[in-house]
Amino acid sequence: MAKSDCKQKTIAAAGAELSYLKAGKGKPVLVLHEELGNPGWLAWQRQLAETRKVIVPLHPGFGVSPRIDWIRSVGDLANYYAQVMLEQDWVGADVIGFSFGGWIAAEMAAQNPGQFASLTLVAPMGIKPPQGVIRDLFEAPVEQYLAASVKDPASSEEFASLFGGAMTPEQFEHFQDATAEAARLAWQPYMNNPALYYRLGLARDLPTLMLWGKDDAIVPVSAASLYQDAIRDAKLVLFKDCGHRPEIEQTGKFLKKLANHLS
Amino acid sequence: MHIATFTERPYGPVPEEEVIRNASFFGVSNRFLDPVKAGALFNRYLDEKLYAEELGFDGVMLNEHHANPFTLGAVMDVEAAILARITRRVKISLMGNPLPVADPLRLAEELAIIDMISGGRLVTGWVRGAGCEQIANNINPTYNRERFDEAHDFILQAWTRDGPWRYEGKHYEYRHVNPWAKPIQKPFPQTWIPSLVSPETAVFAARNRYSYIALATFLPPTMEMWNLYADTAAEEGFQAGPECFGYLQKVVCADTEEEAHELGKNYVYGGGQPAFARPEWMFPAGYNSKAATKRLAYALSDPETNEAVVSGKQAGSGVDVTETRRYNNEVLYESLLRNGQIIAGTPDTVLPKIRHILQALRPGIFSIWHIEGGSTTQEQSMRSMKLLADHVLPQMREWARELDLPAPDEVRPGSRKLPPSGQRDPVCDPGARAA
Repeated sequence: MAKSDCKQKTIAAAGAELSYLKAGKGKPVLVLHEELGNPGWLAWQRQLAETRKVIVPLHPGFGVSPRIDWIRSVGDLANYYAQVMLEQDWVGADVIGFSFGGWIAAEMAAQNPGQFASLTLVAPMGIKPPQGVIRDLFEAPVEQYLAASVKDPASSEEFASLFGGAMTPEQFEHFQDATAEAARLAWQPYMNNPALYYRLGLARDLPTLMLWGKDDAIVPVSAASLYQDAIRDAKLVLFKDCGHRPEIEQTGKFLKKLANHLS
Repeated sequence: MHIATFTERPYGPVPEEEVIRNASFFGVSNRFLDPVKAGALFNRYLDEKLYAEELGFDGVMLNEHHANPFTLGAVMDVEAAILARITRRVKISLMGNPLPVADPLRLAEELAIIDMISGGRLVTGWVRGAGCEQIANNINPTYNRERFDEAHDFILQAWTRDGPWRYEGKHYEYRHVNPWAKPIQKPFPQTWIPSLVSPETAVFAARNRYSYIALATFLPPTMEMWNLYADTAAEEGFQAGPECFGYLQKVVCADTEEEAHELGKNYVYGGGQPAFARPEWMFPAGYNSKAATKRLAYALSDPETNEAVVSGKQAGSGVDVTETRRYNNEVLYESLLRNGQIIAGTPDTVLPKIRHILQALRPGIFSIWHIEGGSTTQEQSMRSMKLLADHVLPQMREWARELDLPAPDEVRPGSRKLPPSGQRDPVCDPGARAA
């Protein structure tokens, strides 16, 4: 994991040990990573850290921060992070969640929208798409899931540098850890909470931006309409010729849309 | 010694090219299943169990796999219930019930009913279930070990504690536990734990004084498990003996060597056991500890070439079916013969190989994985059993006496005392010379 300009910290938080990456100064932006673990310290994070304090907690049980046994659902994990925000004085942060991390962010918003300045969901899981299904992470080799996560694996330099070539033993271990904990929390219902759509009524006025690749083969973009339905002012920006990772596939546009949205 | 007979009860007519293209039995579409043929096969396999009893085998062994032509018996207890009624003498050993994917209370009832109908001839066996069983039953693999432990403890209680009572666990809850079904065997049926050399399982079996059955694994890692079991037993205060160990071995007999090998090749139909399920199905996320994953890869790799025989071939349209079939029949079959995973021949050539296993592993339970599947006919299968019964079993029984290999019926597992020194005696003989 390249983290040349970020620091990894480990703290005691809400009764457990939690590691996170951080960089930059300014108003905090809390970034919740995806189901395959934190992919690295990415170009968009480096740029954002020039003006903002970027905090990326490494989810408990995903290999770096230890598993927390009482957390048995994504709702539990959201509650844990809400407690961490209180303790660390991160309340009022802008929160960005990617895929599985988007689901965590949405659960947090549904529990306590007052904690956030704003919410950004990048191709979030959490709500069952009305058309299509969320791709199964658990029945196929992780390489196939990764390859399906971008429109064109060859044309994205950052994606190739992160995941190109044969899998290293370190990557293998990283994915083993991440998918095991993702399975523990989201095996069934698979990567969604049937109540989330209704519970998001509490977050109906939260300033929310959704960023989604039109060709997302992991989380069908049809789920966006339900999120928009639940969070009534949620804005949706679709990325043409883009898969599940607009932050990697179209970093420039991604950053521009994000900057407009952040407080 | 307890000598049992076992077969996977495969769906023989599954098109071999479909298995090869899929690089796995698990995952082949059930559109290839003809229920009439499957029904006939179930009956054939039941008849063969009856025949085994007639021939003098001590036990009939069943197993269970889901969504898989490798084993038709997806609900083994159904077959066991029939055997409980139609057999008279043999033990019916279930190797085993995959606890994490079952409803434990219902399982306690089913098994108790089988024990009652059979007059106390049930041998229970608890397994975690292969990775693909978790997928086929949609059971969270990360809780596999926890569910196994909890279901196991619950079932023992359901069998031994008078109801009604209430149960609240982490993975199971019952507000009314009061099964009107209790095993005849007290406090509960004899129990053997089958395993593919998982250290946690060997420790579990030893702690509970259950026999441990190695399912056709290579001899060196199997002996490691025997030693781990015996060390744990010593910690628990008992000396492990042959009654604590069982071994499953593929053995096929025919009237000539040529016939035996022609027949034996059905063990590698579609790729055989190594093609049971692809790695992503064998090891779903969180199913194994990292250490256990590494150990399994070693146990199922060829000690000569260090090649993983568990799989490694990827599925797809690019698979050359003819070439793979040739590879399976020539290279794979020969390698499985060479490393002892398959024993095939006339009784005369088979016997020394079995003798070697008895000397090296010193098991009190020996289960013969008899030939089925592919083009095996019922006549061929029964001829093999007959040759084994007439010419191999008597010699095995003699050797078992000579080598002092008692079955769990003769010496209760966990009942041997440690030597006065407190140091346990050896339980296997790695120096036994190969035939």
